[in-house]
Amino acid sequence: MADVMTRVPGTSPRGPAPSGWSLSARQLRFWLTNYRRTWRGSIYSSVLNPVLFLGSIGLGLGTLVNQHGAAQLGGVSYLAFLAPGLLAAAAMETAVGESTYPVYGSVKWNKVYQAAVASPLRPVDIFHGHVLFVTLRLAMNCSIFLAVAAAFGAVRSAWMIAAVPVAVLTGLAFATPIEAWAVTRTRDTSFTMIFRFFMIPLFLFSGTFFPITQLPAWLRPVAYLTPLWHGVSLCRALNLGTADLGQVVIDVGYLAVVAAAGLLAGNRCYRRRLYV
Amino acid sequence: MSAVPPLIRARGLVKRFGSFTAVDGIDFDLQRGEAFGFLGPNGAGKSSTMRMIGCVSPPSAGELSILGLDPVRDGREIRARLGVVPQDDTLDVELTVRENLLIYGRYFGLPRDVIRERTARLLEFVQLSDRADDQVDPLSGGMKRRLTIARSLINEPDILLLDEPTTGLDPQARHAVWDRLFRLKQQGVTLVLTTHYMDEAEQLCDRLVVMDAGKIAAGGTPRELIERYSTPEVLELRFDPADHQQAAEKLASVPAQRLEVLADRVLLYVEDGDSALLAARALGVEPLASLVRRGTLEDVFLRLTGRQLGE
Repeated sequence: MADVMTRVPGTSPRGPAPSGWSLSARQLRFWLTNYRRTWRGSIYSSVLNPVLFLGSIGLGLGTLVNQHGAAQLGGVSYLAFLAPGLLAAAAMETAVGESTYPVYGSVKWNKVYQAAVASPLRPVDIFHGHVLFVTLRLAMNCSIFLAVAAAFGAVRSAWMIAAVPVAVLTGLAFATPIEAWAVTRTRDTSFTMIFRFFMIPLFLFSGTFFPITQLPAWLRPVAYLTPLWHGVSLCRALNLGTADLGQVVIDVGYLAVVAAAGLLAGNRCYRRRLYV
Repeated sequence: MSAVPPLIRARGLVKRFGSFTAVDGIDFDLQRGEAFGFLGPNGAGKSSTMRMIGCVSPPSAGELSILGLDPVRDGREIRARLGVVPQDDTLDVELTVRENLLIYGRYFGLPRDVIRERTARLLEFVQLSDRADDQVDPLSGGMKRRLTIARSLINEPDILLLDEPTTGLDPQARHAVWDRLFRLKQQGVTLVLTTHYMDEAEQLCDRLVVMDAGKIAAGGTPRELIERYSTPEVLELRFDPADHQQAAEKLASVPAQRLEVLADRVLLYVEDGDSALLAARALGVEPLASLVRRGTLEDVFLRLTGRQLGE
């Protein structure tokens, strides 16, 4: 029987504590290893989702819309109007999906977080490692979306490339606060509520499918408050070439503030949940 | 005592959850190379103590120093040098045995080749080499436990923390785990374990403390505790429930250090069990069953708390 220790116990080398970045990267590597099991399935939906939506609504419904309402859309095809909005909305969907059950399950089901917190990783590193992973997933899905939109002929401006980081930021404005909340849950029933009463209404009424000027006047301010509307309108302005600096500052600023607030909340919620 | 500073030192350590006090001012020292146990029933505060030592639960009051460091300020450095076997398995059941060790080794920032080399050695140690590339999910409870032990050793820890290491395992699997832990002890690994099994504590611990309701009731080596709080032999007698009380009254005149009347048995604490049994029979006591055994930590616990460990 071989010794399990290569050195005398109690003589472990002592170095400075690793930085937060290095510790977060260790948790990110866990998620990447984990993702190797499921990436194929997720790629199918990353491609299929934009193909189905752009095909059915962008092209199918768009044919009807183009016969009547092109003026309301700023004189562009419905497909070119829809694609950038859908890019932001798809980012939201990815973000909500990645920040609900995976976070909850890591505490309640496979206890990945409890395992990690016994290592040098702190709750804050565990949180940031997952946020980094979600950021990569968003970048991946948004890039695939852009490629599909280009294949459909929905891209009107080279600025549409800049819509990818904007959509990623839109996703993060959802991911960080929802992760902060999801880690505190003790039952998983609230997640279906999030999907039904939060994500789907936002998806439908944040200007993704029609300009929010079509909404009743009293409802419009609600849309302005949602991160999704800022993401949708900036992505759209980039594709249609109508973005100006003021809008970029306001929309990016708003999304960044929401994402940062979620990050602060998550730092606290993860610590309270994992350090009891 | 020893001039070497202890690996863990606790003074007046307290853990509160709201108005509930789980750990109520405990003192202990852990020396390098020893196997130290917290013995007590469920809810005694053992796991809360372990979580504080594991730097995942800030103490509510008192002093705690681990490897000479402060668990709140230096949690990262301390945890880098601990191995933890939690009460509930936290293995990733969808990954393979090998991947679990890989992931965990990375948490400690170990290079891939170091992890690979240690994985081979550790899986051999816990007798799971032939399952290295199998998923964890179908493994038996005992195998998962052994894998968790292997995982906890990936960073070659200075202290190994084991919270109820064999709870929920069948006797055979328990013995397999004990055997591995015993070998670790022989290799000089410092062990801290909690248990509510007195046989586990007796087999593995050089020194232990008996915990009850958040406090330390007594401490010492298993032998010292048994000598101090029990007798060399114990005579256990069982009766028909209807005769139980009457028999207990008769037994009061058998010369014994102490008499315990439990719900299902009467225990006589004596120097010599066989002669006590003869004395009982001479008084006309006819038990359904009798057993002479040596004193154990179970008896120590009963003496200290008035309750049985399993209760």
